[in-house]
Amino acid sequence: MSAVTETEKNINTEKKTTNRFVEVAKSLMKNKLSLIGIIIITLIVLVAIFSPIITSYGPYEQNLERTKLGVGSEGHFLGTDNYGRDMWSRIAHGAIISLLVGLSSVGIGLFGGIILGLLAGYYRKLDSIIMRFVDLLFAFPGILLAMLIIAMLGTSLVNVVIAISIWSIPGCARIVRGSVLSIKNQEYIQAMKTVGASDLRILLKHVLPNCTAPLIVYGTMRMATAILSTSALSYLGLGAQPPTAEWGAMIAAGQDFMWDAPHISIIPGIAIMLTVFAFNVVGDGLRDALDPNMDVNN
Amino acid sequence: MIGMIVRRILQLTFLLLGISFLVFMSMHLAPGDPATVIGGPNATSSDLEAIRDKMGLDRPVLVQYFDYLGGILQGDFGYSYQTNQAVTEAIITRFPTTVKLAVASMVVAVLIGIIAGIISARKQNSWVDVTSTTFALVGVSIPNFWLGTILILIFSVNFQLLPVGGLNSPFYTFEGMKELILPAITLGTASAALIARMTRSSMLEVIRSDYIRTAKAKGVRKRPLIWVHTLKNAMIPVLTIIGINFGSLLGGTIVTEQVFAINGIGRLMIDAIAARDFPIVQGTVLLIAAIFVVVNLIVDIIYTLIDPRISYD
Repeated sequence: MSAVTETEKNINTEKKTTNRFVEVAKSLMKNKLSLIGIIIITLIVLVAIFSPIITSYGPYEQNLERTKLGVGSEGHFLGTDNYGRDMWSRIAHGAIISLLVGLSSVGIGLFGGIILGLLAGYYRKLDSIIMRFVDLLFAFPGILLAMLIIAMLGTSLVNVVIAISIWSIPGCARIVRGSVLSIKNQEYIQAMKTVGASDLRILLKHVLPNCTAPLIVYGTMRMATAILSTSALSYLGLGAQPPTAEWGAMIAAGQDFMWDAPHISIIPGIAIMLTVFAFNVVGDGLRDALDPNMDVNN
Repeated sequence: MIGMIVRRILQLTFLLLGISFLVFMSMHLAPGDPATVIGGPNATSSDLEAIRDKMGLDRPVLVQYFDYLGGILQGDFGYSYQTNQAVTEAIITRFPTTVKLAVASMVVAVLIGIIAGIISARKQNSWVDVTSTTFALVGVSIPNFWLGTILILIFSVNFQLLPVGGLNSPFYTFEGMKELILPAITLGTASAALIARMTRSSMLEVIRSDYIRTAKAKGVRKRPLIWVHTLKNAMIPVLTIIGINFGSLLGGTIVTEQVFAINGIGRLMIDAIAARDFPIVQGTVLLIAAIFVVVNLIVDIIYTLIDPRISYD
């Protein structure tokens, strides 16, 4: 035990002691687009957290005497929908749904991807089995894998989370496996092995931290994809069902009123676009700051 | 080279087998009994038993899978639970529409993307560049079903210039062209944005390379320098993006078809998912995934042809 911790101590003192986090944050702040992205994300998070306080109506509260009010109406600055529900309350509530679905599906996807990637990269015997499985998941273009999973499990928002999680696994597994392969044979890992550190300890304390940078970038980009896909699936009627105040479902419901109340569909679309844009530009900025050569197209 | 192609085709065969197994199993593990879908709400338990017996649903799953696989090899993808129509037939009637949409969108994406990318790279940091890169960023973030809705609102509802939906006329007629414009822009925008970004960065990288500097020093004029020397090498990564993108474009057709009420494979699939009509879901998912992997293989082979530096051996 003491030999292991001693070796770890030596390894850690050799590592750069400059605070990486501050460096990355500085470089992010310098990038104008990333800064805009960070501001948008902060605002959306604040809206989601404080939605009960900053809205005067419940997202499902109907008022059939005041339906389809336009933007800027008295008491409803984003107007109302065809049931007289306050658009601002529904948008704010939709922010909670989008962020929660995004965070949970990306979180679960990363967890699964990290485990598969670590196993595949570290244990040669498991490599080909796991990576063939990953290749198989990659054979489904875009949103199709998510749709297949929803076809199997049935349509609901929870199943959308499961579907997008599984869809996030292969990309993450590939990134982690790549990182593991590139550092597995480095001297300090060999040193840890020689002094008798367990595989689990090496993987978690020494291998995994090396994958953090690409994983943060991947996770941020995935948030954008997850939020966009959730809304698309709900729009298609495969995710959140009406009357849920989910942005994609709101666009679908508003389509019948494009003639006389187009704002019912337009506003949630802007909300999706801003959120996805913000995560995309922050992801770009993070990539530039952390690892310019990284390829996250997968 | 030929060895590589043969090996890749062999790998592709295994991948297709894997896909078919995964799709079949996921439909089989799905909760709910197919017999109840076929029999409808009024079926008695003996009716259901008869359906299970007739369809072979009570046999072991693996036997059913190999049976299904054997059918596929003969072009038989089973029958729809709802309409009893042959899946092959349902797909064949809808497939041309989806191909039309996908190809038109790809044309829009490649044209806009490459031209915008080249202009951006040539006039780096000018207002044209800033506008085009901003549009590229927004284009990736815009939900395409929403973009489609907005386009319908502007061009079909307000100005009444273009039809609201459907792809019913042949594409070479004026009507057919008009029907294609909005769906192709809707589906092509995100890909155009990605292609523009890739073309721009790739062009900039090549422009800064040693051999372009040498060519410039030797007095090659600006036009051939850009169009012949730079573009040729800059297009290789762009081709990757186009290849990768074809997949999301295929996935995107599913959504776009819904927006414009186009009777293609995507709508067939969405309706089937909602109705739990598994043979149709299996058939459509298999088809799209198969096209995707085959296109990827073709793109890989094209790389080696246009860039002798890439080798898969």
